Amino acid sequence: MEYYCTTVLFYYRTNYLTPMFYPSIATTQSALDAGEVTTVQLVERYLASIGDQRYLNIYVEVFADEALDRAREQDGRRRAGAKLGRLAGIVLSIKDVICYAGHGVSAGSAMLEDFVSPYTATALQRLLDEDAIVIGRTNCDEFAMGSGNENSHYGPTRNAADPARVPGGSSGGAAVSVQANTCLMAVGSSTGGSVRQPASFCGLYGFKPTYGRISRYGLIAYGSSFDQIGLLARDPTDIALGLELMAGADNFDATAPNRPVPLYSKATSEGPKRIAYFADILKNEKVDGVIRQTTESALKELRDAGHTVEPVTFDYFDYVVPTYYVLTTAEASSNLSRYDGMRYGYRSAEAETLEETYKQSRSEGFGTEVQRRILLGTFVLSSGYYDAFYGKAQRARRVIQEQLRGILADYDFILMPVSPSQPWPVGEQIDDPVANYLADIYTVLANLAGLPAIAIPAGNDPEDHLPVGYQLMADLWQEEELLSFVCRTKK
Amino acid sequence: MNVDEGLVLRLADLSKLALPPERVERLRTDLVNILAMVEKLNELDLEGVEPLRYVTEVEQVLRPDRIGNHLDRNSALANAPDSDGEYFKVPRVI
Repeated sequence: MEYYCTTVLFYYRTNYLTPMFYPSIATTQSALDAGEVTTVQLVERYLASIGDQRYLNIYVEVFADEALDRAREQDGRRRAGAKLGRLAGIVLSIKDVICYAGHGVSAGSAMLEDFVSPYTATALQRLLDEDAIVIGRTNCDEFAMGSGNENSHYGPTRNAADPARVPGGSSGGAAVSVQANTCLMAVGSSTGGSVRQPASFCGLYGFKPTYGRISRYGLIAYGSSFDQIGLLARDPTDIALGLELMAGADNFDATAPNRPVPLYSKATSEGPKRIAYFADILKNEKVDGVIRQTTESALKELRDAGHTVEPVTFDYFDYVVPTYYVLTTAEASSNLSRYDGMRYGYRSAEAETLEETYKQSRSEGFGTEVQRRILLGTFVLSSGYYDAFYGKAQRARRVIQEQLRGILADYDFILMPVSPSQPWPVGEQIDDPVANYLADIYTVLANLAGLPAIAIPAGNDPEDHLPVGYQLMADLWQEEELLSFVCRTKK
Repeated sequence: MNVDEGLVLRLADLSKLALPPERVERLRTDLVNILAMVEKLNELDLEGVEPLRYVTEVEQVLRPDRIGNHLDRNSALANAPDSDGEYFKVPRVI
């Protein structure tokens, strides 16, 4: 039996959606084709939704007039029977780290508050070429450093499921932009879980591809050997199409290889699969009970559906977060050295000499967490400590990747939780960087090894009604297998 | 390992950050705690393991080295904190 990655043309099935909003690309485009709604009306609905939910603090900037202009132009083409792109009528948000020519982009930082991008990210250009409509740029943790969207110059974004709680991060605004029906799909970025964790906190699918699958040109850098653009959506079919359009080689990113791009949106999944899981996690009392139950239920359902589900061991869980933070802070300290107040970005008005200008601009322009990570990165790269920390972490990264890929040589996927905890109340994240870093344990694994991974929503916690989810990880370049399987098993 | 105020100030200097005195002690404590976590890596025997620098081990991809008009002067200067229309203006260097 074959399962096709198509969306059922039935848009009342998701009960949290009012009939005003369509839950997928296919349903949106069917409605547009049938004349049930115009593109302008769609954009107006999303803009009204943004206006009604300002308290969630989703957007840094809304591109209202421009989105309406693009919609009007597309409606004209539609009436004339002219050619339309594959994302015609599809309204997207972009995280405030994605460059869009002529538009502001600030990485959630005072450092870049007034910066206007002179060019467009390759991935975004490919979506625009297919007639995607960008409605605005979303709030995020400063330079994507954080997991609650609380480290933003623009203040925290709130979770629409419970506005007293965080939406996760760093692509928190991206997640809520879809969750709160202000757009259909969100373009985010992941260095250590910044797409999957907020997607999971907001009841969405959140996908991070293999390192290098999507060009990073025009993505503001945090940790360059980890960063990848990703997508957040209600429907994995939409993610498959978005990936298909964005993926592939780029003259402006040497780490995006010239590998064929499969037709992810047409891929099918057949037969029983082999799925591995880490039994230790299910016994770990530091993992929230509802998250362990969600993981166990997901495993049981897959087993009942005829897939092979087996426990495996992984020896390096204790070393995952240390390795990740040594390497990413090292890369961040180097990447963020470009913000010197000379050619662009914030320049302190107080400083007089060159040295003072560097130091004061950076100290006034960067927030606390960014400065903390720059200092740590500078330490692990500094003379006398380089081998003991940075070199050691690069070696640890290899053994971590080898063991994970060893498991994925025997199994199609690894299933595990996204985060050990549920969304916490805004402002109540404990003031302890180590504890906060350790909470990234399950997501940083895929970024350390470069693997593709997707967060999958699994309903709500019966007690507090917060969304819960889990993730599936596959071997390098196996997004076709991974996404088609997720489409096939979607409930 | 010993993380004292001097080390924090030296790192701040290398990072071109001016730390207000009241933040030095807090950052020192953070560094002590983070390094205690990171020192866990010392438990691993990684003798003979090659450092992993490129996760996908892609071949070096090169494109023809041609001059392109990627950013004209006006666009490049548009975000400058200070310029005279032709050059970036910066504090006196020498």
